[in-house]
Amino acid sequence: MPDFTKEHALNAVIALGLLVVPLWAYFAGEIFTITLFTRITILALAGVGLNIALGLGGMVSFGHAVYFGAGGYAAGILAQHAFNGAPLLGLSGSNQMLVIWLVAMAVSGLLAAVIGAFSLRTSGIFFIMITLAFAQMFYYFAISWPAYGGEDGLPIYVRNQFPGLNTMRPLELFLICWGVLMAGLALFATLRASRFGAALMAIRQNPDRVASLGINPFGIKLAAFVISGMVTGLAGALMADLSRFASPAGMAWTMSGELIVIIILGGTGRLFGPVVGAAFLVGFEVFFGGLTEHWKLWLGVVLLAAVLFGRGGIVGLIAGRERFG
Amino acid sequence: MTALVELSGLEVFYGASQALFGVDLSIEAGQAVALMGRNGMGKSTSIRALCRVQPVASGKVVFDGTDITGLPSFRAARLGIGLVPEGRRCFATLSVDENLIAAARPGYWTLETVRDFFPRLAERADQQASTLSGGEQQMLAIGRALMTNPRLLVLDEATEGLAPVIRKEIWETIAKLKAQGLSILIVDKTLAELKQIADACVILERGRSVWTGVPDAITEDLESRYLGV
Repeated sequence: MPDFTKEHALNAVIALGLLVVPLWAYFAGEIFTITLFTRITILALAGVGLNIALGLGGMVSFGHAVYFGAGGYAAGILAQHAFNGAPLLGLSGSNQMLVIWLVAMAVSGLLAAVIGAFSLRTSGIFFIMITLAFAQMFYYFAISWPAYGGEDGLPIYVRNQFPGLNTMRPLELFLICWGVLMAGLALFATLRASRFGAALMAIRQNPDRVASLGINPFGIKLAAFVISGMVTGLAGALMADLSRFASPAGMAWTMSGELIVIIILGGTGRLFGPVVGAAFLVGFEVFFGGLTEHWKLWLGVVLLAAVLFGRGGIVGLIAGRERFG
Repeated sequence: MTALVELSGLEVFYGASQALFGVDLSIEAGQAVALMGRNGMGKSTSIRALCRVQPVASGKVVFDGTDITGLPSFRAARLGIGLVPEGRRCFATLSVDENLIAAARPGYWTLETVRDFFPRLAERADQQASTLSGGEQQMLAIGRALMTNPRLLVLDEATEGLAPVIRKEIWETIAKLKAQGLSILIVDKTLAELKQIADACVILERGRSVWTGVPDAITEDLESRYLGV
């Protein structure tokens, strides 16, 4: 394995910084900062999910919001049934985060398997459009589903529970999200270092050549797409718990765009790219959003600069070229 | 000896134009066969058809008794056909080790045995493939094919564009692999080395196999008729 690089050092600083600032905020009584950082970790986790498909596999999915939204609805629906006691498919609901996470990942994974099975037969612009079309299909289904709030979304009246922690306390919820993000990053790093990851990165360059080595490119891409969807779905469940609301907006195409922006800003395929991208996006929104209501215009300028001058994103600007810098 | 590969009556089209008009070729287990012919005679197309990269319009591709004519390339490769493509074509942005690991299938050839076989690749393990020299990239392409643990190694112009000293090294490598009992199908332009290593030769002319025999039987007349520039 390569020696300790500048990127390793940067990753360590970011991981620790992400933990230390909310701890400081807790002692300083800055609750808003803790919630802000919780949002960053959740968006980063969703970005880590997309980074598996986009960063490693080169699959530009413009429909990852469907998994984010599905994870959110899994959390909301289970919590609602646990709250009102009504059975769900003959079973009771749940307000246990661990159960909800498993269901959110299963639902998102299933959706990714179905969507991937169709969309991965295409490539380029067609792949982008078909993933967008699927996501919009589910978005319109969600807003026309009155049983679970329709256009108004689905409130979660009492935040779901995690064994041994009080999730109503912002710091404890943050620590849960931080832990899940670190697990997501560990999964990404493990995948990238594995034979599966090497094959996935090779497929991005030339699927036919990979096939001549005895690897089925479609199977590898589909597996990566499903894992990617599951991680993004888990982030959706956490976001629903943070905002105590499963929103159909989480399934809209703008959310898919936001996830791509996070990856591009942070650094496509870089381990901590989504973390940096999410921190930049949320920070930009908070800072410039307080100054002007046209902050998204300036975000567009930043994105343009990132695409034109910094292909490796912010991580690339600081740590140099990917892996071989 | 039993036939490991049988190509019979292969016809291949690129769009409307026909590239192969009936290629026949047989490789016994443990044999090295040279596929010869001038540029554009159908050598690479025959290899692509054998590896199932190129669809076949008619004819048959049989590998170890199994008809693989309709199989996708990844299934053919899993049966034991390892391709070293023309122009090396390593995965440029991946490291040497990643190029090798991506192709790994169970068997004698592992990351360790390939590194022992090509010590230069062990030295360059973490280096990006695109930064290797031509010779090192060729070693990587052969190593990558070996990682699939093939029963047949297919080498398409493995020494093309390399310095003479590196070419010598690659020929020695191929000879070592043959000595280990690996079946080899090889396309190359350097006749002298091909004659030394091959047990049998097949000459292609305008998409047809026109001559099959042992290297010593290639006469000057055959050379000037089918192999001269």
